[in-house]
Amino acid sequence: MEGNMNLTLKVWRQKNKKTAGKIETYQLTGISPDMSFLEMFDVLNEQLINEGQQPIAFDHDCREGICGMCSMYINGRPHGPKDAVTTCQLHMRSFSDGDTIVVEPWRAKAFPIIKDLVVDRSAFDRIQAAGGYISVNTGNAQDANSLPIAKDAADEAFSAAACIGCGACVAACKNASAMLFVSAKVSQLSLLPQGQPERTMRAERMVAQMDEEGFGACTNTGACSAECPKEISLEHIARLNREYLGAKVSSDKV
Amino acid sequence: MATSPKLDAKIPDGPLETKWTKYRSTVPLVNPANKRKLDIIVIGTGLAGASAAATLAELGYSVKAFCFQDSARRAHSIAAQGGINAAKNYQNDGDSTFRLFYDTIKGGDYRAREGNVYRLAEVSSGIIDQCVAQGVPFAREYGGLLSNRSFGGTQVQRTFYAAGQTGQQLLLGAYSGLQRQVGLGTVRMYTRHEMLDVVVIDGKCRGIIARNLITGELERHSAHAVLLCSGGYGNVFYLSTNAMGSNVTAAWKAHKKGAFFGNPCFTQIHPTCIPVSGDHQSKLTLMSESLRNDGRIWVPKKQNDTRPANQIPEEERDYYLERRYPAFGNLVPRDIASRAAKERCDAGYGVGTSKMAVYLDYAAAIDRYGKGEVNKLNLHDATPEKIVELGKAVVKEKYGNLFDMYQQITGEDPYEVPMRIYPAVHYTMGGLWVDYNLMTNVPGLYALGEANFSDHGANRLGASALMQGLADGYFVIPYTIGAYLANEIRTTHISTEQAAFVEAENKVKERIAKLLTIKGKTSPEVFHKRLGKIMWDKCGMARNAEGLKEAIKEIQALKKEFWADVKVLGDADEFNPELDKAGRVADFIELGELMCTDALSRNESCGGHFREEYQTEEGEAMRNDENYMFVSAWEHKGESQWELHKEDLIYDNIKIAQRSYK
Repeated sequence: MEGNMNLTLKVWRQKNKKTAGKIETYQLTGISPDMSFLEMFDVLNEQLINEGQQPIAFDHDCREGICGMCSMYINGRPHGPKDAVTTCQLHMRSFSDGDTIVVEPWRAKAFPIIKDLVVDRSAFDRIQAAGGYISVNTGNAQDANSLPIAKDAADEAFSAAACIGCGACVAACKNASAMLFVSAKVSQLSLLPQGQPERTMRAERMVAQMDEEGFGACTNTGACSAECPKEISLEHIARLNREYLGAKVSSDKV
Repeated sequence: MATSPKLDAKIPDGPLETKWTKYRSTVPLVNPANKRKLDIIVIGTGLAGASAAATLAELGYSVKAFCFQDSARRAHSIAAQGGINAAKNYQNDGDSTFRLFYDTIKGGDYRAREGNVYRLAEVSSGIIDQCVAQGVPFAREYGGLLSNRSFGGTQVQRTFYAAGQTGQQLLLGAYSGLQRQVGLGTVRMYTRHEMLDVVVIDGKCRGIIARNLITGELERHSAHAVLLCSGGYGNVFYLSTNAMGSNVTAAWKAHKKGAFFGNPCFTQIHPTCIPVSGDHQSKLTLMSESLRNDGRIWVPKKQNDTRPANQIPEEERDYYLERRYPAFGNLVPRDIASRAAKERCDAGYGVGTSKMAVYLDYAAAIDRYGKGEVNKLNLHDATPEKIVELGKAVVKEKYGNLFDMYQQITGEDPYEVPMRIYPAVHYTMGGLWVDYNLMTNVPGLYALGEANFSDHGANRLGASALMQGLADGYFVIPYTIGAYLANEIRTTHISTEQAAFVEAENKVKERIAKLLTIKGKTSPEVFHKRLGKIMWDKCGMARNAEGLKEAIKEIQALKKEFWADVKVLGDADEFNPELDKAGRVADFIELGELMCTDALSRNESCGGHFREEYQTEEGEAMRNDENYMFVSAWEHKGESQWELHKEDLIYDNIKIAQRSYK
């Protein structure tokens, strides 16, 4: 035992997508405030294994806040109580001894549950494949400095490109809308000169794919941006709306 | 000494400067109609894998790509922070292809191949062009042109970056290219799939066995070529900066099917990581090397000094890197910076509660940047507080996300107190042995990026991993694969009903069944931790013959215990991360033994391989060029048995010297 925090965990358990799930309650003792939230889960899982119970399945990989794989809905908030951090970078010092912590998976129709806290986010990959790119084959590029880009535009594109694709925006939204995710990519590419040739098609295609995946509509409540671990701004949704509207008005493809 | 006849590196003849261009124009081509009929499997979707899969599909090959994560975008290249090198010479500070080549060979302590490294330097500048064209938002100057920063082991500014998230931006660029091909139907993407064996038929690699990690189903996939882009094996140490899922399994299966493992003991210990805080720790977090651009590293001059950093006056601080290596200062290569930190801590000068840490201090940089801003803004009567405030803003723009990460993990504010750092396992220079075409000694089986051994010798320079991964995927393999595939156009579809596929699948099935039926008492995680401790203590930053011999015995015992006592719950036909982990740990245990065997056989110190018996009076690594200027390529011969093959390293263009950064 390394610390002195005692916790009650209520965690969503579900064997697979076909069976019904339910909340199970676990007691944990000796948690150190220096542990990360996922390290606390490691302790819990080790305890479950020792008791002969199946450990809790959860997604995680880099554990430094950049891969976007971790995805826990903690006490009613995606990635927990602190702003601008992912679950893996949340530390137990953000909780108190004696706390009860409720952990659920991302909840959205477009993110079906695979097991316990693990969901299927492949819809995001399909949206990206629909148009989240610049069509440039390897070998076609001109010298990088032959295309000066104003620092402000580059910085704004970067702030959109910082999206880690974790899906917290969808989980936070009462409509399970993926607008923040889609807008970040559309925005990044529409801000750069390289993205211009496919600008209208990109917005149309990505939005169409988003709708097909079953994500909800955006009603501008802003929960997505408030809960985004990378603080992706609502400004990008506004830009996506302008891009999409412009595309629809000028489109010859409807 | 002569190169083993089993190792033909196939370096093209001719002068260094023209080898690649000449080879590129003469390597056999495959016509577009035939490309469609040739299947290529790519394992791993990091920088090497994603760029290779996308580019090969653009060329017209039929590609299948596999990753164990839930999306190709999550591969661990995403976590690379500092930057990517390229010999663009945009700064007009004397950079050139030759200089990048020279720095890389020297940085690798003269244990890398000239031909491969020169090619890497040569294609580096095309990578930046390609990434910008894809929309990668690199940092820029106000004039709109690209910005550069310095990195360790070099005296020019050739590192391109996107804040502290360069790997993320480059990977998302490569991923967008990959998804574009997925959308076009030229790449079939298999996420949450793990490769569990390669299939070799008549001496050629013809496919793989993969496991669908959601359903547990085993799948057979055939191909004319298989590319392993599965990353490095730093997680053999348990604690490392790698992602939790990073593993050696794909490379190890290939090794057991005949592919030689090159220089397995060459591991990179990165000097600037957040120190271990307790036994619960599951991974270590890197603080980018770019921080050494502006940060100054120091320890107190007094042993066991318990005063807080800001109460230790300037004259009582030992800026030991600046003292020992005045020419490169805080920007010495990683192996040297790491050993110097260990030396100070072992001698009792360490800081923090564990005393196993040194300070990385930004106070001087904040002051310098603040004064610069004051000039820019024409503030003649700025107070010291204003200078600090402006300086902090500049530092925030350059390194903000790293500072935030530090604060989140440690609970301390690095704008106010110096960061505490300590070396941690970060990268593995060793990997599958490959020739100039990036093909292993098994025809049709390739290794790219960190998974191969080829470019970094015994120590990798910062910002060179991203360069190598993308060089291999975008600009090398699309050409070199033709040398093999041009002769495969008559091989029509490869049936997965062949005996070799059936047999490989059965072996995989048996192994999974065995893991599940042992029903012992100890979790895979506990075995992994124990392996990591053996490796770190005896095959880590410093090694000696006695310790390595002990380690080999301990690892053999651990392996026996694992196969008698591992506890894996759940079933084979479901989503079961414990089972995935058990298989990976079993492979790490075997790899650990080979790493120790390799470290024991190399009786010299070079780069990241520091044998305590071989050091100069000043404690620097002492190479033995006469007897060890070769690549060790290990052939698997059976349980705990390997045969060593040697590939001589020949330097025609570089004068070999003791590496000096003084």
